[in-house]
Amino acid sequence: MSKPLTSQPRRTRGWTVLFAGAAAALALLLGGLPAHADDAASATETEAVSAPAAADLAGILAAFAAADFSTKDQLISQLATLHDPRARPILQALLDGHLETRSSDGKVFIVEEYGDALKLTDPLTSTAAGDGKPDDFERIRSNNALRKTLKVAIAQLELADTDPAVRIAAVKQMRRDIDDSTVASLRAAFGSEQNPKVKHEIAVALALADLAATDVDARLAAVNALDGEAATDVYNALMPLLGDADGKGIETDPKVRAAVIAAVHHINLWRGFYQVLDTLFFGLSLGSVLVLSSIGLAITFGVMGVINMAHGELMMLGAYTAYVVQQLMPNHIGLSIAVAIPAAFLVSGLAGVAIERSIVRFLYGRPLETLLATFGLSLILQQLVRSIFSPLNRSVTTPEWMSGLWQINDLFSLTYNRLYIVIFTLLVFGALLLVMNRTSLGLKVRAVAQNRSMAKAMGVRTERIDALTFGLGSGIAGIAGVALSQLTNVGPNLGQSYIIDSFMVVVFGGVGNLWGTLISGMSLGIINKLLEPYAGAVFAKILVLVFLILFIQRRPKGLFPQKGRAAEGH
Amino acid sequence: MKAPLIKSFGFSRTLLAATTALGLFAANAQAADDTIKVGVLHSLSGTMAISETTLKDTVLMMIDEQNKKGGVLGKKLEAVVVDPASNWPLFAEKAAELLEKDKVSVVFGCWTSVSRKSVLPVFEKDNGLLFYPVQYEGEESSKNVFYTGAAPNQQAIPAVDYLMKDLKVKRWVLEGTDYVYPRTTNKILEAYLKAKGVAASDILINYTPFGFSDWQSEVSKIKAFGSAGKKTAVVSTINGDANVPFYKELGNEKISAEDIPVVAFSVGEEELSGVDTKPLLGHLAAWNYFESIKSPANSEFIKTWHTFIKNDKRTTNDPMEATYIGFNLWVKAVKKAGTTDTTKVIATLPGLETANLTGGSAKVLPNHHITKPVYIGEIRDDGQFDIVWQTKAEVAGDAWSDYLPGSKDLEADWVTLKCGNYNTKTKKCVGQTN
Repeated sequence: MSKPLTSQPRRTRGWTVLFAGAAAALALLLGGLPAHADDAASATETEAVSAPAAADLAGILAAFAAADFSTKDQLISQLATLHDPRARPILQALLDGHLETRSSDGKVFIVEEYGDALKLTDPLTSTAAGDGKPDDFERIRSNNALRKTLKVAIAQLELADTDPAVRIAAVKQMRRDIDDSTVASLRAAFGSEQNPKVKHEIAVALALADLAATDVDARLAAVNALDGEAATDVYNALMPLLGDADGKGIETDPKVRAAVIAAVHHINLWRGFYQVLDTLFFGLSLGSVLVLSSIGLAITFGVMGVINMAHGELMMLGAYTAYVVQQLMPNHIGLSIAVAIPAAFLVSGLAGVAIERSIVRFLYGRPLETLLATFGLSLILQQLVRSIFSPLNRSVTTPEWMSGLWQINDLFSLTYNRLYIVIFTLLVFGALLLVMNRTSLGLKVRAVAQNRSMAKAMGVRTERIDALTFGLGSGIAGIAGVALSQLTNVGPNLGQSYIIDSFMVVVFGGVGNLWGTLISGMSLGIINKLLEPYAGAVFAKILVLVFLILFIQRRPKGLFPQKGRAAEGH
Repeated sequence: MKAPLIKSFGFSRTLLAATTALGLFAANAQAADDTIKVGVLHSLSGTMAISETTLKDTVLMMIDEQNKKGGVLGKKLEAVVVDPASNWPLFAEKAAELLEKDKVSVVFGCWTSVSRKSVLPVFEKDNGLLFYPVQYEGEESSKNVFYTGAAPNQQAIPAVDYLMKDLKVKRWVLEGTDYVYPRTTNKILEAYLKAKGVAASDILINYTPFGFSDWQSEVSKIKAFGSAGKKTAVVSTINGDANVPFYKELGNEKISAEDIPVVAFSVGEEELSGVDTKPLLGHLAAWNYFESIKSPANSEFIKTWHTFIKNDKRTTNDPMEATYIGFNLWVKAVKKAGTTDTTKVIATLPGLETANLTGGSAKVLPNHHITKPVYIGEIRDDGQFDIVWQTKAEVAGDAWSDYLPGSKDLEADWVTLKCGNYNTKTKKCVGQTN
């Protein structure tokens, strides 16, 4: 039909056709390189390397530029069998998408993005080869099948790495997809391995391979060796032995079967235990998001009594600030987040002050009008960012140190972004508590909230305090927006999805109480996550809302109601 | 005066002679104004504006191009754009406004199934003509609507076939947003999988609310479900905004496309354009069109689009192609019928064929759906797709799924049966007839 379609693997066709086609394509490609054509062609047929490594490496690299996916697959296998130390960085670059060809002469380079330019490295000599413009280069693409081949190929090379951690990762990678060739290299590595930890991982891998042995004793030994291991791939390998609906792969020997059942039972115990920990952490992290998004509201609504429906949009402004800051410093993604936090505080805080001065202050004591006015304002702000940034969502790149997983053991891991947000929430909460309880501003804010006329009589400029309080609450909403930009979409609707939750948290916690907000946010998060596995996400949310309605009916003032004359005098 | 006359023309076939005269009168009346009005019913504000604004621009571009070629029947086309603002009842109001006040000859519009369901009675009452350009859950065939997006058998079923045969997937997670399209699609897929011998314990169905962003528990559930020694895949009907945090969470929990591939039915080039694609690399999407497919028609279309929208970075996507096909089919039908009269255009449409953008052709079927090729693409780092699989020929759209108990016996055929939901067992037509 069209060009790229026919040149890519069509899995509907027979594998033989595909293989033959790929081999032919490879031969053709290499035919264009007179110096190494014969060597390379013979390499494809025999999979043996007879020619000098350098010549082949260059030939294989050159062939990558125009190869289709199935050809690339073969080229990767060839690279891996070269026993050339330069092969590993090349394979790694290909996996990371850093291997590119220069359009002008078809030469292949390992590139590194450096601002608007590309820093080139010659893969053959491993030396820097100057800079280039991204437009002059074409990335050598990979697909799923290719990435899998790449990972296994790299893992085989990494088995010889000097760093034990790298070797362990390599063994674990190979364990995911055990075949004859990986078993052979693992057995070889097992003999020469000195590090006990790496040796243990290899032993597990070999035991996994032995699960398929025909000899009953070998199988039993393998299962016994695996008992006590909790890794997912072990579980993955043991479970099918117990049989499934189609009755295939069932372990028939009663002794081995009993051993498998025991091993699986052990793993299940651990899995259950860590699942509880997982759920608690999920609850805490959802709770921190709730606290973060509602703590600004706890000030504007809780302390000042202003129903600010535009609170969500102030978070949105913070998130867009994070986006803009990141656009301004594209080479320092990690730093941009740090810069974005004060910037978002300022942007949203100033917007808050402006809102208070221009709208809210005329409406004190008229909650319905405030609600309508701020709701209108929220629509205006949404349309504003739609006009400036387009209705499409913007992407805020997550810095390296915030993405990924903290693998504590085989079964328990925490995602970094969630972990940081829990810590960040606690920091913001602590800072706010300090401001409210230990600074003159905090004292005045509390004074005005408790008794406006008395505060005024004492010489507090209440109007100024109103503006500052509203600005503080809004600024914290901005900070929350920066955190949310790491979790969800930065778009005009960001605020809407959090406003209801924010009000829910503040009302549940008790209006006007910061600690109440913290505890209510965290408990709502945990309740939600405890329910979710049983009730599903939709129903869990409904249950939480029903619970809240019932709770508010029993205790209209929330978990921690404010006591005293001031609170009741409204 | 004009509208009721045309309506009587549509509904009573006994007064043939009289209506011919009335038809002539109508044609004359239209000739008086020298343009043909084309209604555009896409949300330009609210949540759906993200997706629908693009389709409005596509229709405007097509009208522009057609007018450059001299219009249709010697008349220029004139767009009437209204904004239903992502508000479902407002869709019905705006549709009535287009049909009754502006008297448009055809409407291109709607995205969500709710909005389509909301305008359906209006189009049937006023005998309007709607081209609906988005993949949907099926289980519908109206005389007044042409469905140029994919029915489930043109997207969901082939995608599942691909996973089952080529990736040897044995365990299935059907993950969706909680509304009509995912619920119906998942019902069809569940029935289909069970018919293929998949055990109930190997299927996990999950729904999340619109705009869901806290995916931790869902993803860890998928992870746990996927570690039972069988190849697992996620079939995602997650809608819109919720996708980005979902894929981010997958990336953070180190679930790569090689371990548990996710095939999505609502993630296309447009959705990926505002997204950091690193965590999505290698995951799959099933569509009837991808921007990366190289064909002369597609390059031409992309070039025209970039010129029209004055932005080289804007992507094209599947619903845009469906709009393109729908527009071309309508132009063809009007030319062939020699009139814009909806009854005649609707009668002319079945059997017409027009080239699609990827090299094949789209043929209008008697059930008001069209034939479409199905492609599976892997997400690349630049937000485009590498095609890894495609159907050998175009697949005919099936209005009523063969895998649902209630709809198995139903058939839509507006040519011979003149019915949108004919029950082959009771031999009766339920609902709207011709």
